[in-house]
Amino acid sequence: MTLCTLTIQQAREGLRAGQFSSVEMTREFLARIHELNPVLNAFITINDVEALAQAQAADERIARGEDTPLLGVPIAIKDVLSTRGLRTTAGSRILENYTPTWDATSVARLRAAGAVFLGKTNLDEFAMGSSTENSGYGVTHNPWDQTRVPGGSSGGSAAAVAADLCCAALGTDTGGSVRQPAALCGVIGLKNTYGRVSRYGLIAYGSSLDSIGVLAKTPRDAAIVLSVMGGRDPLDSTSVDTPVPDFAVAMNGSVAGMRVGVPSEYFIEGTQADVTTAVRAGIEQLRQMGATVKEISLPNTRVALPVYYLIAPAEASANLARFDGVRYGLRVPGEDLIDTYSRTRGAGFGAEVKRRIMLGTYALSAGYYDAYYIRAQKVRTLIKQEFERAFEEVDIIAAPVSPTTAFKIGEKVDDPIQMYLADVFTLPCNLAGICGISVPCGFDAAGLPIGLQLLGRAFDEAAILRAADAYQRETSWHKKRAGDRA
Amino acid sequence: MARLTVEEVDHIALLARLTLSDEEKGLYAQQLSAILDYAAELADIDVEGIPPTATVLAVHNILRQDDIAGVSIARDDALKNAPRTDGASFEVQATFDNKDQ
Repeated sequence: MTLCTLTIQQAREGLRAGQFSSVEMTREFLARIHELNPVLNAFITINDVEALAQAQAADERIARGEDTPLLGVPIAIKDVLSTRGLRTTAGSRILENYTPTWDATSVARLRAAGAVFLGKTNLDEFAMGSSTENSGYGVTHNPWDQTRVPGGSSGGSAAAVAADLCCAALGTDTGGSVRQPAALCGVIGLKNTYGRVSRYGLIAYGSSLDSIGVLAKTPRDAAIVLSVMGGRDPLDSTSVDTPVPDFAVAMNGSVAGMRVGVPSEYFIEGTQADVTTAVRAGIEQLRQMGATVKEISLPNTRVALPVYYLIAPAEASANLARFDGVRYGLRVPGEDLIDTYSRTRGAGFGAEVKRRIMLGTYALSAGYYDAYYIRAQKVRTLIKQEFERAFEEVDIIAAPVSPTTAFKIGEKVDDPIQMYLADVFTLPCNLAGICGISVPCGFDAAGLPIGLQLLGRAFDEAAILRAADAYQRETSWHKKRAGDRA
Repeated sequence: MARLTVEEVDHIALLARLTLSDEEKGLYAQQLSAILDYAAELADIDVEGIPPTATVLAVHNILRQDDIAGVSIARDDALKNAPRTDGASFEVQATFDNKDQ
């Protein structure tokens, strides 16, 4: 048996019982990463030396009888979260040589819980993209079919979990960047409620939308990581002071009596037939397990895409102003200071990041601010209200994650709108600030994984985790592993 | 139908502090126009009396004593990622013209 296929739960049991050490487990993961990363490109930076030191320290703590939720468990971290002393690029050449002097709060809490950090995973530059093709460090390949994308922007984290290169990985989700790659790689992807996890130390993209989530092999593992990193942080004024339950308690529950809403707007023309069929079957499975299924309507779903592509780039254009070549990162000297800023940013940012900065700057500029930005924020209110009304009638909402399974590398790079449509079913959740999870629910004719998306009320991660866990206990989709092929 | 001219793209690029190649300008003029066309359907939605949502949270000001909160960053650490320093501060070009120098 290889240690690389273990869940967090299994790893903790084995470590606690002394069946293997964290050093043994970490060595196996590092060997597998070095073997497969040249093919998959899931990691930008591999953290060999520190990981083994962390594993050694964890083994000593285990020997002393210590027991923390992630003690000795090897985890990967999306390279947009600051890691003290470990290079953090955000997938951008502008930060090629940037090493943070502090940890993101989410990272610090994992560190305190005893996690071992295997390395930093690949992503679309500054988390802007749906395929990981926008990375300044090369595309990540989908472990199920290396000619295809892993989704994005947390494509490196999703591919790493799918290929058994880590027990679990942190991701971030601004418009679907945890759930969509999880679906395309056949793993669990948990997008937490906005405000549940501190964003301190996350290199910001869209501050009113960004959330830190988990890519994992089981809902229980995602629950364990969320319980560790969730909760109020004085360093992030938008982190909410609400109790963080031990989400693992939500496991082994039932969906009996749970009301599941199925929004007709998420079953539309243009969606791959295999996806619709698998998602419908997944919903039928929940019904057979005792849930009540109810058709609902979320009429503004259709306009979530343009709302998102005004608000997120507007916020990005402000957030990315800090990359000016003064305090960190690349500097390209110019004629004067403004020319230095402009040349630095022109050379350091990739095409999609520049496109979104331009779009956001335009939407915020004089004469267009009301027509684009403020109007988008008003429609955002309608989208949020629509979810609130729906959640008066249902406990969770079930839908596809993405209209297609993993697409070919290069297929959509020249057409931004086609690429943006990959997130059409995940964006509304971010605009409303609620939580969601992607759960494997089948395969298409080509054998590529399909994800079932479950959306929950704000701060009700327990409901979607319970439903996802119950679903996995009754189905076997998640047991087929990409790692068997790679 | 939105049609951004290259001049408008130039203006936005200046506001955004981005040096773009001629090829990029042409491409962005076309692609941003297409995206704005896509956004045009928002104009058809009735938002009369609807407040804008800037954040989903009911955020409010949180006050605390004006003390240094926690450990601050040592100067050497703050400088170590900078492309140019004099060892004590970040170095940049002059912000204002100084023709006498």
